Amino acid sequence: MRLTVNGKAIQIDAEPQMPLLWALRDLAGIMGPKFGCGIAACGACTVLVDGAPVRSCVMPVSQATGAIITIEGIGTPEALHPVQQAWIDEQVSQCGYCQAGQIMTAVALLEANPSPTDEDIDNAFGGNLCRCGTYPRIRAAVKRAAGGPAGA
Amino acid sequence: MSRLGTITRRTFLVGAVAVAGGVAFGTWYVRRPYANPLLDGLSEDEVAFNPFVKIGTDETITIIAPRAEMGQGIATTLAAFVAEELDVRLDQVKVEHGPASPAYYNAAMMEEAGPFPFFDESLMAEVTRRSFGTVAKVLGLQATGGSSSTRDGFVRMRQAGAAARIMLTEAAARRLDVPAAELTTADGEVIHESSGQRLTYGALALDAAAIEPPSDIPLRERAEWKLLGQSQPRVDMLAKATGAPVFGVDITAPDMLFGTVKMSPVFWREPANADLSKAEVVPGVIRIVPISSTYGHGFGILATNTWAAFRAAGLIEADWGTPDYPADSAAIDARLTQALADPASGSSMRDDGDVETLFADAPRERFVEAEYAVPLLAHACMEPMNATAKLADGKLTIWAPNQVPTLTAQLCASALGMETTDVTVHTTQMGGGFGRREVDFSIYAALLADAAGGRPVKVTWTREEDIARDVFRPAAKGRFRARLDDTGLPVALDMTIAAPSILGSVMRRTFPSISPVGPDATITQGAHDQPYSIANYRVRGIKTDLGVPVGFWRSVGMSFNTYFHEGFLDEIAVAGGMDPVDLRRRLVADYPAALGVVDRVAEMANWSEPPAEDRARGFAFALAFGSWIAQIVEIADTPAGIRIEKTWMAADVGIALDPSIIEAQLISGAVFGFSSAMNQEITLREGRVEQSNFHDYDAMRIHQCPTFEIAILENAEKMGGVGELSTPTSVAALANAVFALTGKRVRQLPLSREVAFA
Repeated sequence: MRLTVNGKAIQIDAEPQMPLLWALRDLAGIMGPKFGCGIAACGACTVLVDGAPVRSCVMPVSQATGAIITIEGIGTPEALHPVQQAWIDEQVSQCGYCQAGQIMTAVALLEANPSPTDEDIDNAFGGNLCRCGTYPRIRAAVKRAAGGPAGA
Repeated sequence: MSRLGTITRRTFLVGAVAVAGGVAFGTWYVRRPYANPLLDGLSEDEVAFNPFVKIGTDETITIIAPRAEMGQGIATTLAAFVAEELDVRLDQVKVEHGPASPAYYNAAMMEEAGPFPFFDESLMAEVTRRSFGTVAKVLGLQATGGSSSTRDGFVRMRQAGAAARIMLTEAAARRLDVPAAELTTADGEVIHESSGQRLTYGALALDAAAIEPPSDIPLRERAEWKLLGQSQPRVDMLAKATGAPVFGVDITAPDMLFGTVKMSPVFWREPANADLSKAEVVPGVIRIVPISSTYGHGFGILATNTWAAFRAAGLIEADWGTPDYPADSAAIDARLTQALADPASGSSMRDDGDVETLFADAPRERFVEAEYAVPLLAHACMEPMNATAKLADGKLTIWAPNQVPTLTAQLCASALGMETTDVTVHTTQMGGGFGRREVDFSIYAALLADAAGGRPVKVTWTREEDIARDVFRPAAKGRFRARLDDTGLPVALDMTIAAPSILGSVMRRTFPSISPVGPDATITQGAHDQPYSIANYRVRGIKTDLGVPVGFWRSVGMSFNTYFHEGFLDEIAVAGGMDPVDLRRRLVADYPAALGVVDRVAEMANWSEPPAEDRARGFAFALAFGSWIAQIVEIADTPAGIRIEKTWMAADVGIALDPSIIEAQLISGAVFGFSSAMNQEITLREGRVEQSNFHDYDAMRIHQCPTFEIAILENAEKMGGVGELSTPTSVAALANAVFALTGKRVRQLPLSREVAFA
């Protein structure tokens, strides 16, 4: 089976029903997307498929035929994506486990809506759970990345 | 304040701790320092000055921050302790958790484990603190908890940095043939100003390590601090913003297998008549093995991928047995109610004056009584429990996101019949901890490694397993009475609280042969230890075993006792016709730090002005983990339900080591508390946990999150913790706000039993 992940074609040997998350993590060694619930209830596994945020824990790998982008594909420590830079500037992460999913959600939101309101942010991030309670800083970072005023 | 002579505290846990120590570590060597665990495994080009500082000739400076980084930012602040005195920038250093070692014992965590309130500075209280600190050292228990890490590291880790700096300076003095007093240090260099000569730490490291460590290590005054006291960029932030594989679930090793566990949903029971046939034929499944441990019984699945293991776990069929403990919420409530019926069986953790005499002739209109209860709670860390283990050539290696590395090594060795010295524990970063990450998942991984033929195996739990097989926040119930005087102030307050002993439960699953004796202070933590001056004041805790495993959940006993205490004080205020803030001001008048946070938060929230229409506010105060906090929550009645609009917190932490991290922790603790108070509850049916995932055990979402206004104060004389500080008051202040808004006094959590949240 062929997947296109972060611009590269990769070959994996997976059952068609295997969730994309486990194909990425266990078979392709791409560790950014995280397992949190397995039922699309927490958003830790969020990746982009053809630009749309997808819960990879419930998407069968056989359906992931589009271009898959994980957090590894948006920026690197040397060349950060503006959303990643905003996350660092606002010092968002605590445990950090949900943050790859939060950042991918932010990337998708800002791509579709470069100037999100608070309500837009609520709607986009409602499915991304954070047990550390970083929500105020997530909100601030999204606004910072959008070029708006910084600060929560 | 408390009159120790009247209190039966002397046997407090010391017996149990001593026995555990004897079993665990044998002989007592109180004075002897532990060996530096970094000395094993150094390359020729690096040296370890002490357990906290390694320097390589290539200028690599490594600081060991030996506490679990589970989001609280501890790696950054502990590194700053060392860096502050070592004279290096945080961006110059590598920060590592380091090996499991008794050298990293946590004395501060144990010091407050005694029965004395934080503000009690009596001789007996101080002696007990020192004794408990000594026990921690003797046990060599490396652990993260009790919001203790900064208090524990504050002197020791700054001294480690200073000692290394002194040795590096001395090495430079010898090399340059100048007096050490002429040398200064900055950014990883020793500088001789007058000659302009500079030597890097890397160039000096080998010589410096051969110099005798100083015995007298002066520490810098606060006015000289460059890092501490100011917000630092967190050392883990870049990795976490770029998806770096830092967590336990991210461990990879050559030839690695994957696995999971399916433990009996009925606690303590061994499965019978197991049918593994459906599970074994799942493609990718290699082997299913029985697991038997002090934590419980069930099965482990070895597979070629995690998904296969998860599917197989769901297909295991067995007779899981019947519970030998209260099997549902009604039975739990009955057991707690039964315990409360015999209050004299409890331990008095505070007994000032004589409450009974005051109650005997209390006029009805001056008498208040109430009963409160809380449910079991799960931790629900974002990263489910997991560990990776490899057993080869008689050596066990474990990579585990855990809060107790030395205990992990010991109990995994015990599970496999090995020597602890043959076990290596690598502590990864963790996706949340909140007190959950003890030893079970590591034992299971070790047992699966034993069946994996020398291959490493990464064992990840399903979310369902993570919730069903948690070690829960205890269910608890309390009965409270108060007598008010003519002005509305309480002259007598009596609190009796029934809850399981967390320590007893921990011992059952870690050292089952030991029965702890004496009271457990966590049962009344947050009730017996508050700085309220009430002439007749009694707090009794009744150990009530519920069978279900209970553990440390962010803020431990305070997670329910502050709700009890502050909820009941709110009732007292209403009954006595007093303003809740004014009532607290009167009761904490002897403690300036307490008064300071109460006044400050009232001012921030403009408490004296009524809130807008359809809005209401609740107040709570606590002395928690050495810090003082007052909090106001404002909620609104909306068509979709109650919405938490805003919360104000004033926290006095004594010394604010990193304001940004403290602010983050105050918000984090509040969101954690709000989540639990609004909707969370673990219930049992036939002894099995009914909740299974975030659809029925959810937490606060971004659209429910209030705005925050926070003041960090530094008036208190002693430094306190921050990781658990705001959770207790958030629960209580929210419940009190719900009363103010709706008139409903919700005395049983979660609040969603009686009101709906947006």
